[in-house]
Formats: sequence, structure tokens, C-alpha cells
Amino acid sequence: MTGHMLNRTIVGLYFLSFFVFLLGPLVVMGVSAFNTSTYPRVWPIDGVTLHWFEALASDATLLEGLRTSVVIGFWVVVISVPLALAGAIVMTQLFRSAKSFYYFVVVAPILTPGIIIGIATVVFWRDFSGLIGLRAHLYNGTVLTVLAQSSFISSYCMLIIMARLQRFDLALEEAALDLGASYSQVFRDILLPFLRPALLSSAVLAFLTSFENYNATTFAILADKTLTTVLAARVRSGTSPTISALATVIVILTIVATLVFEWIKRREDRRRAVRLSAARAEEAAELAGP
Amino acid sequence: MAMTSAVQFEQARVDFGSFTAVHETNLDIRSGEFFSFLGPSGCGKTTLLRAISGFIEPSAGKIRIDGADMAGVGPNKRPTALIFQNLALFPVMSVAENVGYGLRVRGVARGVRDEKVKRLLDQVALSQHADKKVSELSGGQRQRVAIARALAVEPKVLLLDEPLSALDLKLRQHMRRELREIQQRVGITFIYITHDQGEALTMSDRVAVMNAGRIEQVGDGRTIYGHPETPFVASFVGESNATSGRVVSVADGLATIDTPLGALSGRNARGLEPGDTATLFIRPELVRLTASDGDCSVATTLVEAAFEGSMTHLTLRTPTGTRIVAMLVAADLDQLPADGDPLTASFAPANAVVLPDTARSS
Amino acid sequence: MTNLSMTFAATALILVVFLLIVRFDRRPGEKRVKFFTRNGVIVGLYLILCVGFWCILTIIMPMVFMVDLSFHPKLPPSMAGGPEDVFTLVNYRMFLFGSATSTDQLNWLHLRSFFSTIGISIGLTFLNFAVCYPIAYYMAQSASIPRLRLLVLLLIIPYWVNDILRAFAFRILLSYNGFMNNVLTWLGITDTPVDFIGANVALYLALVYSNLLIMIFPLYNAIEAQDHNQIEAARDLGAPWWHIHLFVVMPQAKPGIASGMTLSFMLMAGAIATPLVLAGPRSLWFTPIIYDRFYQLFDWPQGAAYAMALLVACIVFVLGVLKITGLKLGEITK
Repeated sequence: MTGHMLNRTIVGLYFLSFFVFLLGPLVVMGVSAFNTSTYPRVWPIDGVTLHWFEALASDATLLEGLRTSVVIGFWVVVISVPLALAGAIVMTQLFRSAKSFYYFVVVAPILTPGIIIGIATVVFWRDFSGLIGLRAHLYNGTVLTVLAQSSFISSYCMLIIMARLQRFDLALEEAALDLGASYSQVFRDILLPFLRPALLSSAVLAFLTSFENYNATTFAILADKTLTTVLAARVRSGTSPTISALATVIVILTIVATLVFEWIKRREDRRRAVRLSAARAEEAAELAGP
Repeated sequence: MAMTSAVQFEQARVDFGSFTAVHETNLDIRSGEFFSFLGPSGCGKTTLLRAISGFIEPSAGKIRIDGADMAGVGPNKRPTALIFQNLALFPVMSVAENVGYGLRVRGVARGVRDEKVKRLLDQVALSQHADKKVSELSGGQRQRVAIARALAVEPKVLLLDEPLSALDLKLRQHMRRELREIQQRVGITFIYITHDQGEALTMSDRVAVMNAGRIEQVGDGRTIYGHPETPFVASFVGESNATSGRVVSVADGLATIDTPLGALSGRNARGLEPGDTATLFIRPELVRLTASDGDCSVATTLVEAAFEGSMTHLTLRTPTGTRIVAMLVAADLDQLPADGDPLTASFAPANAVVLPDTARSS
Repeated sequence: MTNLSMTFAATALILVVFLLIVRFDRRPGEKRVKFFTRNGVIVGLYLILCVGFWCILTIIMPMVFMVDLSFHPKLPPSMAGGPEDVFTLVNYRMFLFGSATSTDQLNWLHLRSFFSTIGISIGLTFLNFAVCYPIAYYMAQSASIPRLRLLVLLLIIPYWVNDILRAFAFRILLSYNGFMNNVLTWLGITDTPVDFIGANVALYLALVYSNLLIMIFPLYNAIEAQDHNQIEAARDLGAPWWHIHLFVVMPQAKPGIASGMTLSFMLMAGAIATPLVLAGPRSLWFTPIIYDRFYQLFDWPQGAAYAMALLVACIVFVLGVLKITGLKLGEITK
């Protein structure tokens, strides 16, 4: 069986190298964040310190960028999720050629390189905002970045919502109508609650995607700064372990967030199992009964 | 029973593109009756139901509810309530919220609403489950929630789309009685569609038998069963033995046809003339093994005799290969005949019916 | 005509075409439910306004405007829309020939950058595929549920770290005094530090690294959806492993492969963060050249033309993938 063993060791080595490749750079960054040397280094380790994390917390430009990123992220969520919801609903009401045409338009932003979206947004809104007389309000980095990001983030959210929408039982809508509900009431009482999980996950995705976006942002942000553009400027001009510290913080946050999400999911699964067994108990009682 | 009309079809027809799902229909469903549409899948009964509720508009003709023409009136504005085949209970709402939904969207005040919901839940014996989610209930309980929810909006007509098909046998029989009881207590017109003739016959005041988009016959259970007016009704409702031939003579309300099994006579229900092609139908329980005066007889051999307790089910075969089924009450048989025994199958002409091969146009 | 009026005209045309399609593309005899009957007035308005705003103002018009802008000369705002603002190919001529007038010499600098960016992106995309396929296959076929969850977690973490930070990590790793060089000299493999960055190795590694996830998940989904029994059957029949992958698994995973490769190529060719951080002195990635047109030369029409070149390359790639695999657009986007 040595051929088989050889096979397995090769596969094993492959996987090992893959994960070393995958996680290595992060580990390197993580270690360098704690190293006292001013040049981010993994080796030699001059000393262990939290100094770079403190520097991070007091870095004014970085914090300003962070604040702008959060503001942009918030507005992107507020705009993208309703747009995505509308887009998904319209998709279900179109057929054949009209549907293909529409699908092409709304999915195009996903397939377009981010820089092109950023460029197009800036050049268009510069003239357009002038035309409608709102140049002072609209032609600024934050607004333009929100617009640029919303175009493709809405597409992502729309795909998520559509996946959920396709599992919607039309009979529920008909039942509500039959009981006398108006269309707005059906929308509010039946459709939205059903879509809530998809809406929530789109919102989270929208925020995170907006927060870490660089390509479109770098063209649209004009004079403002986001966390990512500040970072880029920093990295280009020099190197400092503060950046490693930031990366480490992000990695830790991601791990924590994923674990929390897992925990929530497990709790939901447990609840559902309880409900199912309650239903089965009722069934058994009923069959024995009447 | 008041003779006012709850639902009226006036030359109503429903087309889907070039396909006609329901041909021109004229029907009066009386107020307060339990009315069933019986027919195989695809016969158009669901289409009719959806046309009454307002999800489909008729392509021609009118539908009236309580005398009012329903053209252009949407499903949320009609005085009907529909119980869907899969019940369509709202999963995010509790039982009480489901039942109260119709009232909520009409703007009924919370206090009044809660009280009505409580009363309805008491009526269907679900009070202790009021706050549970629908997914925690059994099949029968969910049925009752659906009914309570529909009754809450006090419709003039309650429409039921094969509601019992997903339940198992014992539960189905129990629910049949319950539904009938509820209808008689509340007094609303119930329109019920099903493909199960047992259900239709036990529960309804009147039944409409449908086939391929047409209503073939309307009447109460006994009439439909005992006096079918078309071959489809004769064969779909209950079991029938059938054989075809040309009408030879007509006399005293009977028609005699010349079949491969010999000359047989039955009631001439549709005014056939000699020379018409027709089919004779005789029910298994009306086939006897001893001939009386005036009976028609056919020589057969026994294929199989199945003892089923109160009845014995006999399968007979004629020399021409036709199968005849007879059902005899056990007491009428001294002993079970053996396979291969020659037996004479007889029936009284008044118990058989001769019908033309075309459906009746209504 | 000013850019804006051109844009409005083109958008109006697109809208009219769309509405005509909606109106007339119907099977004969099918009944059409009116939009506001189906949705009610409030919801209907919400749908129209939102979809209208999204499609028209953030997708169609900006794109059309950019295309149109690339065909106009650079003018100060006062002269925009005036007689000087004509339809012209000067920007494209600059891209191809380096000069507004003469066509003697090709603009080798930019053209080489353009084609090498595209070519390298394609190559790296294939490399990406080769690296990710085994992992995706393992996840889809053999991994148990807890292990699968662990793998997904491990894959997601690097993804949430920003492009820039990832590139930065590679810089720490592969710079002249970086970790890799330290290890190599310490192990005695080399005497002098290797210039990974100058040789663009760091750039290529970082690009592949940034796009692992975008390749793995479509592949995983496509392979996971396959009937495992088929693969078992092939194995039982004695087919060698490479045969199984080439002729059983991959053909069925075509949508996933196409999806992963398309997105990977787009993100690599359009990458700007990684090249900015990791570009050696000799490397020429195309995207920084576009950026310079905008924010160094402030020649926006020219920048638009260069952006168009990139866009056209992407479109050609997508169409090529669709043609080769015989798929439709809807099957590529997950």
C-alpha cells in the first residue's frame, strides 16, 4: 500500500503548505505587531511590547479615517438594502428577455472592476450635481464614495435576498390578500418578516464590504479619507508596526465575530429542534385521541 | 334553508391562453348549503374556486356573490375566505395572531379583536395553544387554526381547497364530521372541492361532478349515486360495471342495447332512440346471482371471491372476457362459490341505466 | 453635445428599449397583470423609485458618461459644452501612440504595461485555480462537517483583512530585510538577500493570495452540488484520479470554474492596492497608470479612455469564458 501512503503524504504536504501560505503572512504580521523594533520584523525579536497598539489608538489621522469609514458604511447599508430589496422583488416580476436584460444591468457592477465604478461615479456626478445645482452638497468624497459603493454592494445584497425570496410560498401572500389585507399590508406583515434573515445578513455584508473597500473608494473619495486610504498612504510612504497592530486587531475581531455567529447559529438550531419535537408530540397525542 | 343564491355562475368561462380550463358554466349555489365540487385532478375545480375568491377573473360571463357582480373586485375585497390546500398559515405569527390577522388588517380595535379570537379558538378547541407558533402544532390542529382564521372575517362564503388530503385516514374521517358540524353551526355557505367521492357524498348537501372543465351533473348525494346522467358520473362516483352497444328498442322508460354480452336493458335516462350508441351501467351491489322475473342475465364463471366481512366481493368473467364485479351481502350467500364455478349474473333493468357516450352539455 | 446630454439621450434610449421588451415579449394569449395591481400603489412606487435610482443613476448613467467622456478632449469647465467639445479619438491615440497627432511610434510603455497586466492576470488566475482546486474538492467531497466549518473559518479570516494589509504582510515577509530572506540566509541557501519585490514575485504571490477565497467558494459550490455517487462509481471502475478530475468532476463544475476564474481575473487586472504597495521599480501594473491620469495629470477624459481599455479587456475575457464553456451569464454569478 505504499503507493497509497505516498499519495496521502503528498496530499497532506500540499494541504500543509496551503495553510502555511494562507496563514503565514497573518502570523508574521501578528508577531511583528508585538516586536519592539521600529521596523516590523518577525526576527529577531528585540522585545515584546504593546506600544504599537497604543500608538494605534492615538493616531489621529487613522481615527479620522476610521470615523469616515463607519459613516460611509452606515449610509451604504441604509441605501443598499432597500435598493437590493426592490431589485429582488422586481426581478421576480419580470420574465424572459426583459428579465435577462434587467439581470444583466443589475449584475454588471459585480463584474466591473472597482476602480472603473469609482471613476465613472466621480466623472458623472461632477457634471450631474452641477446640473441639478447641488454641487456643494453632492460633490464631496463621502457622498461619492457612498454612491459608488452602493452600486455594486446593492447587487451583492440583491443576490442574497433573491436566494431567500425564491423560497417564499406565494400561498402566504394569497392567504393574506384573501383575508382582506391590502398589498402594502401584505408587504409589511408577510413578506418583510419572511425576508428578515436575508435583510439582516445583507446589511452586515454591506457594511463589512463597504468598510474594507479600497478600489472604488480610492477614486471616489476625493479629499476625504477612509481607513483604507489612510492605510494605503501610510504603507506607501513608510513602514511601521502600527499597521501590523491594526491588522492583528482586525484578525482578532474577525475570529471573535465568527465564533459569536457560530454560537448564535447553534442556539437557533437547538430552538428549532425543540419546536419540532413539540409538534411531533402533538401529532402523536392527536392520533391516539379523537 | 333559504333559497337565496350565495354564489352564481352566469355563462362563466375561464381560459388560460388558448386552453379553456372551465367551459361556460351556469350554476346557483344556495345560501347556507354545503356544496362540493367533485372531480379528478385537472378537471377545473381549483380554477373555479380561485375564480370565486378573486385570484382569477373569468374570461367570459359573470360570477356573482350574494347577487353582486364580482368583476374587477380583487381577492381582498370579496366576502369570501379561502382555506388553502397547504393551509398557508403564517409561520412568523402565533396561532392567535394568525386567527386575528384578518381582523387586524381591517382595523378592528385590539380589545374587540382579542375577544373574537378567544371565542373562535374556544370553538375549535385550541385555546391552550393560542401563543404557540404554528410549526409546533400537529396536522389536525393546524387545520383548525386555518378554519378559525377564515371564520374570523365572517365571510359569506367559505371556500375549502381539498383541505383534508394531507391528513391520514382516521384524522380525515374525524375532520369530515367536524367540518360538517362547524358548517351547520355557523350557517355559512361552504364550497368544498375534492377528488375523494366519499368525502363529497358524506359531507355535502349537493355535489357537482366535474370533468375536463365541465360540470356533468349537480344534485344531492343519493341522486348522483343512484341516477347518474353521464357515463363519467356513473363511472367516477362509486363502482360500476359497464358495457356498450347500439340501442335496439325503447319502451316504458327502458332502453335495450345490443352488447357483446347479449341484449341488456336499463333505464333510458336521457331519451335515447333506437340506433344510438350507448353504454349500460350497473352497480356491483345490484348484481344478483339468482335471477328474478324480468331480469337481464349474463352467463359467467367465477374468477375470484373475496370475503370482506359484511360484504363478499365477487369477480366474474364472461365468455367474451369482460369482467363483471358483484358485491353481495354475506347473508345472501349460503356458501362461498369456488373459483371456476359457472354463475349467472342478473340484475333488474330498473337498477341499471343506459347513457349516451357524450357528456351532457350544460 | 455635452457629455450630460449625450448620457441622458443614451439612457432614455435604453429605457425605451427595456419598456418595449417588457410590453411585447410575451407568449401569445398570456395575461399580464398590471404592475400597480400586483403591488399596490405604495409598494409599486417604492419599487420603481428605488430600482430606477439604482439602475439609472448609479449604474447606467455613470458608465455611459464615462464612455462618452473618453471620446472628448480635456477642457477647462468654462469651455465644456462649447464648440471645442467635440467627439474625438485623441485620448485613445494617446494610449496607443503616445501622441495626439503622429502615429509613428506605438506607446510601448503603456501598451506593454496593459498587455502584461492582462497576460499575467490570466496566468495567475490559472495558478490560482490550480492551487485552490484540491482544497475545494476536499472540502466538497471528503471533509466532515466540523472540519469543514473549521476550514471555512480559516479561509475567511484572511479575507476580512484588507487588501492593503495583506500586501503589507507580504512586504514584511519578502522585503530585503524581511522574514523570508532572514530564513534563507540563516539556512545557508543564499548568501545575499533575494530581491523578491523587485522581481515582482511578491506582487504575484500577493495577488494570488488575495483571490484564494474568490476562487475556492464557487469551486466548492459547484463540486458540492455534484452527485458523489458518480465519482465513486468512476473510482470503482478503476479510473485513475487525474482522469476522474479532468473528465468527470471538472466538466460538471464548469459554472463554478468559470465564475471563480472570471472574478479572479477581474480582481487581479483591476487591482490597485497590491501593486501600489508591492510594485518593484521595474514593475508596471496598468491600474496605477490609470490613477495617474486622474490625479497626477488631471486629464480625466484620458483617464476615462484608459479605464475603457481595461473595461474592454474584462468584457472580452468574460465573453471568452462564456463562449468557451458554453455557459450563460446567469450561471456565473452565484
